[in-house]
Amino acid sequence: MAEPVVTRAHGGGGREMHELIQDVFLAGLDDAGGGGSDDAARVEVPAGRLAVTTDSFVVQPWRFPGGNLGDLAVCGTVNDLAMVGARPLYLTAGFVLPEGLPLRDLEEIVERMADRAREAGVRIVAGDTKVVPFGDPVVNTAGIGALPEAPVISGSAARPGDAVVLTGDVGRHGIAVLSCREGIGFEAEIESDVAPLNGLVAALLASGAEVHVLRDPTRGGVAGALNEIASASSVEIVIDEARVPVAPAVRSACDLLGYDPLEVANEGCALALVAGRDAARALEALRAHPRGRRAAVVGEVREGPARVLARTGLGGTRLVDEPAGELLPRIC
Amino acid sequence: MCVAVPGEIVRVENDGTAEVDFGGVRRVVSTALVPEVRPGDFVIVHAGFALHRVDPDEARQTQELFRQVLDELPS
Amino acid sequence: MNFLRDSGPSGPELISGLVARLRAYRGPPVAIMEVCGTHTVAAARMGLRSLLPDGVRLLSGPGCPVCVTPVDLFDQALYLAQEAGVILATYGDAVRVPGTHGSLGGARSQGADVRVVYSALDALALAERNSDREVVLLGLGFETTAPTVASALLRARQDGVKNFSVLSAHKAILPAMEALLQDPEVRIGAFLCPGHASMVLGAKAYAPIAERYGVPCCVAGFEPEDVLVGVLRLLDQVQRGEARAENAYPRAVSAAGNRAAQEALGRVFRRVPARWRGLGEIDGSGYDLRPGFAPWDARKRFLQGIRFEGWEPPGCRCAEVLRGRIEPPECPLFARTCTPQQPVGACMVSSEGACGAHYRYRGRADG
Repeated sequence: MAEPVVTRAHGGGGREMHELIQDVFLAGLDDAGGGGSDDAARVEVPAGRLAVTTDSFVVQPWRFPGGNLGDLAVCGTVNDLAMVGARPLYLTAGFVLPEGLPLRDLEEIVERMADRAREAGVRIVAGDTKVVPFGDPVVNTAGIGALPEAPVISGSAARPGDAVVLTGDVGRHGIAVLSCREGIGFEAEIESDVAPLNGLVAALLASGAEVHVLRDPTRGGVAGALNEIASASSVEIVIDEARVPVAPAVRSACDLLGYDPLEVANEGCALALVAGRDAARALEALRAHPRGRRAAVVGEVREGPARVLARTGLGGTRLVDEPAGELLPRIC
Repeated sequence: MCVAVPGEIVRVENDGTAEVDFGGVRRVVSTALVPEVRPGDFVIVHAGFALHRVDPDEARQTQELFRQVLDELPS
Repeated sequence: MNFLRDSGPSGPELISGLVARLRAYRGPPVAIMEVCGTHTVAAARMGLRSLLPDGVRLLSGPGCPVCVTPVDLFDQALYLAQEAGVILATYGDAVRVPGTHGSLGGARSQGADVRVVYSALDALALAERNSDREVVLLGLGFETTAPTVASALLRARQDGVKNFSVLSAHKAILPAMEALLQDPEVRIGAFLCPGHASMVLGAKAYAPIAERYGVPCCVAGFEPEDVLVGVLRLLDQVQRGEARAENAYPRAVSAAGNRAAQEALGRVFRRVPARWRGLGEIDGSGYDLRPGFAPWDARKRFLQGIRFEGWEPPGCRCAEVLRGRIEPPECPLFARTCTPQQPVGACMVSSEGACGAHYRYRGRADG
């Protein structure tokens, strides 16, 4: 018997679609799903403000060392909520699937979504499926989270004197995905760092440290995220290259391909800009959390032109530019 | 002018390639331009080709050279 | 571990000792030119210029392969990708370089089949997997990269792969160094010679230049210690009034170089006059495929009879930067209309071009 695959009928609204919802989505999500079978889910929310975000995810290949598209779709949106200080509550999931995608693959994606939703303590309460003739599977997730009145955490809230804290080592996601891409392929003992960060952020906020900015350095890496912050807050950010944690294998892969680890994508670490006097307290709280063991203070914020500098060896300094588009392996 | 990275030969294949370990990252590289490599050899790789086999004595030469520069150059 | 990084002697005492030696130099004034993009970056990264004693200058010469490649080569590559319908395989370095009508990256967005490869063998494998398509590799680089392309071509011929070809823009570094020495407007007192091209060429390759022009040469590696030792060896020669070819990078470079790589180069390529951005045409400085490799020569197969003008941007002073006549900030376009995001000139395109490196490393933390 031929392997069951996604067909146009699965997006058609008839019996096949209902079977797909029942057998793949609801069964796969189990207790991580819910929301009922009406056209919209009804959910309880706490009093006060909400944070809302949406993101679409596509990655080549869809399965990579350390996770798959499903991990990204849940963690990415959970982390976007966490980065404004919100407590993630509910997600929705929209699937745009190419005809011919084995149902087994879809189940694998949904299984990871369920695991990650449980880990993050959110429920996926609404969903949608469309089938297209070709291409890579795409998952869109939207999320809402409960937003406390204070503190106001924003990319424009960095102040001179802030300490720049990284919650983990950098570059693992980008290198893990790249390691299995056509034409570049290498084997590495590197897994993506993809993970929900809401627990880690909650621990940081509970420490009482004055947090001004949170940002997860995804595409564009630490270099991209810091440039956004410097520009939004009109401050100069100076980091010490030697203090940025990089796993040895990630460093080796970057050497091999001519990459700067600061420009490589992450999916499971965050930049936290905290009041300088609270740096030690923030670090202690982060390191006590399983996702923050390698947290480090990597730099500071000061008055100056909106730019990012890195101290290199021998007292040299370089401008850390915003990465230009996609990362390309260099031979020169 | 060129990204060239040293790595250790892990396995020599019989088709002119070898698997090289670059500090936790492994890739198959061509050994067409460095005859006679063995597992355990260090090679310098550029654009997927081993271009130089490092002789352990050469590393020692570097030590001596640096020492010499520090000790002997007139200032 | 990185054997080159970790097997060299290192440590703060060594570096401070070397810097003290450097600062104590009291010999004649001299301009040292490096001709290697990785040295350009290493020097910028470690702030070498600020460590140099009075009278000693460091010039960044034509050491970045992307930077010295004329615009019309990128136009040819664009034509192959857009008009000739081939799969154009390229190293990542060339994807964003602007040609007269855009870059390969831009062409890819519009549907051209441009594939980024890490190795010439990856391009050959691409041809074997797509036997119904033509695959052309854009061959860039000096003596480090050219032998790898030669090796892939030898393999293609041996295996009878007919749908693979190379658009060669490979260049020889020694003729460019000689051309600079013959230029009356350029005064070079010593050459810091490239570390990795010398793996192939060998440290002895610079002896004729050192002797004929009385210019000290020293091959150096890329760690701060390596660069400092290379510069100190050169200054020592200058002070003693000597001109020899030295090797301060023996853990990667032998005296005679890589014989097998030299042989592959010779079997596949012949030396022809070639144009360099900024330096004009230099005799014997290009690696062109030998007639026996015509079936794998993309120029012969796809570009016969087509003229490419190659538009050089107005106001750009890359030519003078590449010859060490001016420093990047002296160009009126530098960091104004010419930035790494929107490069105008060749030297800004690559992060290891003189302007690209200068741009990235110009921000001083203390000033």
